[in-house]
Amino acid sequence: MSDIVLDIRNLRVEFPTRKGVLTAVDDISLQIRRGEILGMVGESGAGKSMTGMAILGLLEPPGRIAAGSIHLSGDRIDGLDDRALQAIRGRRIGAVFQDPLTSLNPLFRVGDQLVETIRLHTGLSRSRARARAKDLMHEVGIPAVEERIDSYPHQFSGGMRQRIVIALALCAEPELIVADEPTTALDVSIQAQITALLRRLCRERGTAVLLVTHDMGVIAETADRVAVMYAGRLAELGPVDEIVRRPNHPYTSGLMGSIPSLRKDVDELQMIPGSMPRLDAIPPGCAFNPRCTHAGPRCRRETPRIDSPGAACWLALEGEVA
Amino acid sequence: MIAFLIKRMANAAFVMLAVALLAFVIFRFFGDPVEMMVNEQATQADRAELRERLGLNDGFATQYARFVTNAVQGDFGISYRNQQDVMVLIKDRFPATFELVLVATVISLVVGIPLGVITAVHRRSRLAQALQLGSIVGVSLPSFVVGILLILGFSVSLGWLPAFGRGETVQIGWWSTGLLTPSGRAALVLPAVSLSTFQITLVMRLVRAEMLETLRSDYIKFARARGVPAARVQWRHALRNCLMPVITLTGMQIGNLIAFALVTETVFQWPGMGMLFIQAVTFVDIPVMAAYLLLVSLIFVVLNTVVDITYAWVDPRLRDDSARSGGAHG
Ligand SMILES: Nc1ncnc2c1ncn2[C@@H]1O[C@H](COP(=O)(O)OP(=O)(O)O)[C@@H](O)[C@H]1O
Ligand code: SF4
Ligand SMILES: [Mg+2]
Repeated sequence: MSDIVLDIRNLRVEFPTRKGVLTAVDDISLQIRRGEILGMVGESGAGKSMTGMAILGLLEPPGRIAAGSIHLSGDRIDGLDDRALQAIRGRRIGAVFQDPLTSLNPLFRVGDQLVETIRLHTGLSRSRARARAKDLMHEVGIPAVEERIDSYPHQFSGGMRQRIVIALALCAEPELIVADEPTTALDVSIQAQITALLRRLCRERGTAVLLVTHDMGVIAETADRVAVMYAGRLAELGPVDEIVRRPNHPYTSGLMGSIPSLRKDVDELQMIPGSMPRLDAIPPGCAFNPRCTHAGPRCRRETPRIDSPGAACWLALEGEVA
Repeated sequence: MIAFLIKRMANAAFVMLAVALLAFVIFRFFGDPVEMMVNEQATQADRAELRERLGLNDGFATQYARFVTNAVQGDFGISYRNQQDVMVLIKDRFPATFELVLVATVISLVVGIPLGVITAVHRRSRLAQALQLGSIVGVSLPSFVVGILLILGFSVSLGWLPAFGRGETVQIGWWSTGLLTPSGRAALVLPAVSLSTFQITLVMRLVRAEMLETLRSDYIKFARARGVPAARVQWRHALRNCLMPVITLTGMQIGNLIAFALVTETVFQWPGMGMLFIQAVTFVDIPVMAAYLLLVSLIFVVLNTVVDITYAWVDPRLRDDSARSGGAHG
């Protein structure tokens, strides 16, 4: 068997609205292997969270998976009912959300939230689950576990809370962790610690990680491969070092310009003018064409797409835009 | 926590002193107590003697202090109307009202909370929408109308439940309870249900609104992402976060219920404090009115204090004042 943990094929997420169907995720395909961190990057509204929620089966109605498939280690997991999904969420897929201040239930001790999750998925006795909770807290780097396990979330700092959230994601040794902007709400000094922790866990346990962020810098430091999203579509997919060194999609080049430490490697240093189109106003052809300095006639006619490493850009795919 | 408790207690004591001042002013200056107490044949000397004996010639502060001291000991003087000790009258009537309000409150919580959760969770279902509509009716129906309808239905037509009185009561010390006899419990049903209808709809609508809010929060989504089953997410994680406002509402409303009980007691001929108060008003029985005012205020204040303390118990964030500063490090 291959070691592909997450296999997304032609995924499409739609929101039926009164004014028509909005496509938040448009035909994306990607894979993540054991022990690999795939960084997903893009501006706010690009469809990153929707992709993560689709994987977790947590799309809020009326949002729905309209096409494509999601496989987890060979098992198809899209379109399962809530009961079947409960056996996957937290057990085979762990989640880390953006804001550790709001991810934890304020009225329950962190230890109780850990024990609850562990017991839901493993059937361990209360005392054994508690011992495991302590191990996990220790593993994610929480000091003085004996004292802290009975504290409430508000008694922890943001960084420590995010460590607890990560411990919660690890309760059942999941195959995949979906981390949606796990460092965005944290101080810069804490961000590096959290990404380092994710990286260590991924390496030590062989967990596959989908790391969603709008910060190319985080990706460059943490991920093995990167998926660049634009207006619900995949703009570019490939190994991080290659893409950072030589981006093939004009939008990716623009994103690189936003990382101070990488600027010397890029010709065009200025940020891309304009902004990402709203879902109800995506132009025909390449969604990026109104902002692209290379855009040609073909870019306004036909949509470039990729389902394997590469750049969804006519210039990169065909060498010309006429 | 100790400092918090002391602060709350001091607040409560201060409020009670202020209310006592009001009650005292009513007692002392609305009509002349001496005129109210003596009969027509009393001589000027008799009146002067009574005035002196009641201490009405003393300074204002002295009299107020004496009023408070007496009140704390449960001494509110003699009823003008039937010359009975006011405290005896109150002790006689208080258990009836207390049990009525208590049972109405329990009904409103036991029925209102689950209805609120269900209407929030299944907000698109027909049943939830019907309940929501019904709750509007429940809020707008005056409680005496509900009472009369209940009497017509369950008492007059069906003959299942008594329409008036308390039934048999059992004496436990000075407390007379109707909860221990079948007829006492039967008599309690209709008035309690009538008193609680408004309350049920209030609790239900509050829980529904809070649940809708809470179900959208990150920690609920995260609980689901951890694999917590939907029912457990709703009834444990979400509901617990909705209880705070319910506690406040219940605490505040118990005071209102005692006031509403006035109407219910009249409709059901319930021998409680509400009836006592109405009689007192009719006869300008100032000592009884002053005692009623103080007692109802005391209940309000005690409930408020209990609500505050319960808050701290339900929500750990309010327990220690160091909470907010503690969040910055650690
Ligand atoms: N309930 C909804 N109805 C319609 N559009 C939605 C809804 N929720 C999200 N969207 C849209 O889906 C798009 C993708 O959002 P999201 O995946 O959260 O972006 P991000 O990449 O910032 O995580 C956004 O343009 C957003 O406006
Ligand atoms: S396809 Fe055309 S518009 Fe789109 S990025 Fe490439 S060159 Fe620019
Ligand atoms: Mg997002």
